[in-house]
Amino acid sequence: MVNRQCKLNLSFSIGVNMLDKFGIAKRIAQELKDGYYVNLGIGIPTLVANYVPKGIEVILQSENGLLGIGPFPYEEEVDADLINAGKQTVTTTIGSSFFDSAMSFGMIRSGRVDLTVLGAMEVADNGDIANWKIPGKMVKGMGGAMDLVASAKHIIVAMQHVNKAGESKLLKQCSLPITGLGCVKKVVTELGVFDITSEGFVLLERAPGVSVEYIKSKTEGRLIANENAPEMLLD
Amino acid sequence: MLNKVVKNAQEAIHDIEDGAVIMLGGFGLCGIPENCISALVQKGTKNLTCISNNAGVDDFGIGLMLKTKQVKKMISSYVGENAEFERQLLSGELEVELIPQGTLATRCMAAGYGMPAIYTPAGVGTEVAIGKESREFNGKTYLLEHAFNSDFAIVKAWKGDTHGNLIFRATSRNFNPLMAMAGKITIAEVEELVPAGTLDPDMIHTPGIYINRIFEGKNYEKRIEQITVSKR
Repeated sequence: MVNRQCKLNLSFSIGVNMLDKFGIAKRIAQELKDGYYVNLGIGIPTLVANYVPKGIEVILQSENGLLGIGPFPYEEEVDADLINAGKQTVTTTIGSSFFDSAMSFGMIRSGRVDLTVLGAMEVADNGDIANWKIPGKMVKGMGGAMDLVASAKHIIVAMQHVNKAGESKLLKQCSLPITGLGCVKKVVTELGVFDITSEGFVLLERAPGVSVEYIKSKTEGRLIANENAPEMLLD
Repeated sequence: MLNKVVKNAQEAIHDIEDGAVIMLGGFGLCGIPENCISALVQKGTKNLTCISNNAGVDDFGIGLMLKTKQVKKMISSYVGENAEFERQLLSGELEVELIPQGTLATRCMAAGYGMPAIYTPAGVGTEVAIGKESREFNGKTYLLEHAFNSDFAIVKAWKGDTHGNLIFRATSRNFNPLMAMAGKITIAEVEELVPAGTLDPDMIHTPGIYINRIFEGKNYEKRIEQITVSKR
């Protein structure tokens, strides 16, 4: 599978006792199962490809029209016609296929893609997600995110727990324009792993050295946090 | 005799007039009709409505047409790589309709398949749903999205023949075959134009019936937005 290291230049604040972007990606990779078809969004989600557990095979889907994303090419292999959804040059793996964008979203809409991992600006405790627009400031567009969140069987959000101003991004209600309603099942941040249930966020695991108290203080949405929530295991 | 071959991009786009609605294939800068975009910039056609997944970058692709203020409205799913685009959008100079990528693809497909509309769950509960009809199927809500109606579709293929049959390469396929089916008049520029009968019929992605004009393009730059490599 993907074994060459991706060299991505993402800015991400690394605090004491918190996961960095690689740690978040590593933890999400533990959710992968043998035989999964997986769509990885841009940014931290892309890094998950580097930590696919040994002995399992996952096929990565790129919504611009590729099943079986390979590692970045060596310099002499770079091909302008072969890119991923983040517009980065990639390669194919054994068993890859190409297709048009309608078929690409056909496989997403009809539930063939087992897992979608994407970034978010905000997630609400009912599973709503916002990640495509900041009114008056930033308008990049939703790309394939609205299609993915409306149809994916399982959606994990990879994101920072708080924004640059230190405010929680795990909210009671999204304040930014919504990408999809009630669709997120799991969130992995630098502080922990959370399920989303009818009662809100449920703390499953803490990042190494992060206290339940600290997680509570950084979470605005409803949170069920057992004092004995275990630390996550990252090899 | 079928006569679809035109000399060059200038001839292919000669009758695209001010105010036309045009589709342009490509994802990012991958698989965009470079020759026809240059010809449109040269011709100076104005008030265009462009349907394309992205808007190019500041100095390449559709970005070139934005710089010259030839575009009145963009219909796209993601426009993040273009500062001039964002400036024109936030200042209100440019009208923009952002729609989900799968919806964009499927609205092209519907046009090419002769279907007036499709239902999709993408955008339910969001700004995208405002003013749209919705309907429930098996307990899930879907939006009614209409087929695109465009005067011209401009696509780029790897190989084509004189009957207009097209073959695309790798991920430069993206929206190209869908848009090829969806224009009232479809123009295809190809890297290599061969005589009909040369391409294996089993390998054709877009049958020639959808193509009105075809030509062999020149000087493809094939710019890459993000060159990412592995170290040995």
